Amino acid sequence: MLFILPRLCRQHLRTYVQSNIRQLTTGQPNVCIVGAGPAGFYTAQQILKGNPNAVVDIYEKLPVPFGLVRYGVAPDHPEVKNVINTFTQTASKDRCTFIGNVTIGKDISIADLQKAYSAVVLSYGADNDRLLGVPGENLKNVISARSFVGWYNGLPQDIDLQVNLDTDRAVIIGHGNVALDVARILLMPIDLLKKTDISQHSLDALSKSRIKEVTVIGRRGPLQVAFTIKELREMIRLPDCKPVLSEEDFIGVDKLIQDLPRPRRRLTELMYKTCMEPTEKDLKLWETAKKSWSLSFCMSPLEIFGDKYVTGLKLGINKLQGEDLVKQSAILTDQTVDMSCGLVLRSIGYKSLVIDPDIPFDTKSGTIPNKDSRVEGKTGMYCTGWVSTGPVGVILTTMNQAFETGKTVVKDINDGILDLTKHGRGDIFNILNSKGVQTVSFKDWGNIDQFEVKQGEDVGKPREKMVDISQMVAIKRL
Amino acid sequence: FSASVPKPKKEKVSLCFKLADGSEHTAMAKVGDNLLDIIIDNDIDVDGFGACEGTLACSTCHLIFKPDQYDQIQEKPTDEELDMLDLAFGLSDTSRLGCQVIVTKEMDGWEIEVPSGVADARG
Ligand SMILES: Cc1cc2nc3c(=O)[nH]c(=O)nc-3n(C[C@H](O)[C@H](O)[C@H](O)COP(=O)(O)OP(=O)(O)OC[C@H]3O[C@@H](n4cnc5c(N)ncnc54)[C@H](O)[C@@H]3O)c2cc1C
Ligand code: FES
Repeated sequence: MLFILPRLCRQHLRTYVQSNIRQLTTGQPNVCIVGAGPAGFYTAQQILKGNPNAVVDIYEKLPVPFGLVRYGVAPDHPEVKNVINTFTQTASKDRCTFIGNVTIGKDISIADLQKAYSAVVLSYGADNDRLLGVPGENLKNVISARSFVGWYNGLPQDIDLQVNLDTDRAVIIGHGNVALDVARILLMPIDLLKKTDISQHSLDALSKSRIKEVTVIGRRGPLQVAFTIKELREMIRLPDCKPVLSEEDFIGVDKLIQDLPRPRRRLTELMYKTCMEPTEKDLKLWETAKKSWSLSFCMSPLEIFGDKYVTGLKLGINKLQGEDLVKQSAILTDQTVDMSCGLVLRSIGYKSLVIDPDIPFDTKSGTIPNKDSRVEGKTGMYCTGWVSTGPVGVILTTMNQAFETGKTVVKDINDGILDLTKHGRGDIFNILNSKGVQTVSFKDWGNIDQFEVKQGEDVGKPREKMVDISQMVAIKRL
Repeated sequence: FSASVPKPKKEKVSLCFKLADGSEHTAMAKVGDNLLDIIIDNDIDVDGFGACEGTLACSTCHLIFKPDQYDQIQEKPTDEELDMLDLAFGLSDTSRLGCQVIVTKEMDGWEIEVPSGVADARG
């Protein structure tokens, strides 16, 4: 009897302490997000809304947030960047912390994150290139559209890109929105570009550009283009620039148009009319144009010529095959055609990388294998955005998917699937301190933002981006 | 002391927004405002609604009207609006972008559907 009492007491004490610890920890699911692009921010927004106790930390490789909204979206599309206001609201919530200048997979491992957090959401995008795999791809002035975009948008890793615009014709390979963005930037009147937040080094280079003709080449036909109608219409109405489409690509297309789903129908119709039945207004607009751009179909690059610099390409002619007209595939014929040019931009898609061996990865599709955002075989690990879908769709697509990811994480928290005893960022900060990594907070980003806007004001631009990482990290202390 | 003419107050109409989850929200809308502003000002909570803040650069403000009411909307959609709408999920023949539709007197009592943004699985 005498020793039973203390044992009971001990037991009581233990359960009391345990339940309190659990209350403390179950009360606060700690979630981390890897990558501060739209996918990361929209997931965070949904988790914070769906669980009133959740704490969300967003890690970002760069000192600054917003991913491709800052470094992808074209400088002449400032409206698209309005989504930043919502991201800023999310980041300003007490339960949300932005931790910039931390490269996951290098500074911090996925295993470290899994030890510290109940859930790890991977939203690190797709920031690598796909290659054509043809001879001559390494010649000078054969550039990936991704680097070119990074160059004009002030992405630190791309600002020293060697682009030679002292040539009259550029060829862009690919029929997506990025290809049209790049074509537009190459052809747009410099006075319009000057008023955007395009980086000064590229504005200087573009103002000396001699490019008069841009050919945008695709593997397949008019019914398979991947760009959207808004971008096409902008190209058609670009000041001082005439679109060139070849009638033979559009013969008979009018008969197919009616049966297409509305978005594809309107897009094809716009190309068809531009080629076959331009309006008086269009003709007048193009009459005095000194520059031109053309859309070429059913061509695949086989070889890029040149000595040191590119001087041209050999293109294989494709024929289309398949029952479903919209999904037809390209089959190479033995016909070829040579085309001369002094700049080739490869715009055939972005690709994700494996940032840490602990992340399952499908190298073929270049994505993280997952089911409804849950990474296969890894409890508590999720993925969303371009790293999970591949580089397709617009911010809206990414947003809808990220909201679903956020809901899935909240459901798993509520269903008791996740380990809620994790302590959060404390241990991570210890590692970062021991490695001497200087983090950038959202408040620090505010200082960078202010500085950039101020720099822009001085030259009549909405912003002049900082392009030096060490300067960005240093300015936070101002 | 002459009989003063009452200051013309801005007219208001009653609109009912039906959300994808089945809930209905009635809002008093000022004639002349656009439907994006009405939804935001009335705290009708639709995730991601109005992402580009009314600048015709997204399609998150997608609304679906009843066919006869769709025809009564005074301002017809521009090419640019139709271009953005083409990217909207669940696009219908009577879809409009809320930021481009201005409230008029005729709209009193209208029921407007706010579709969910759920991604189309076919991509
Ligand atoms: C050139 C271009 C123009 C576009 N223009 C438009 C447009 O006008 N309108 C539109 O709707 N959509 C546009 N898009 C599409 C839009 O940008 C994407 O849908 C969206 O950005 C995808 O979001 P994400 O978060 O998956 O990827 P991202 O935006 O790429 O974000 C990923 C983030 O993860 C970070 N990261 C990468 N590796 C690590 C690491 N190891 N550790 C920590 N962080 C890491 C990156 O730095 C980045 O900030 C454009 C895309 C491109 C490429
Ligand atoms: S709010 Fe973006 S188009 Fe209406």
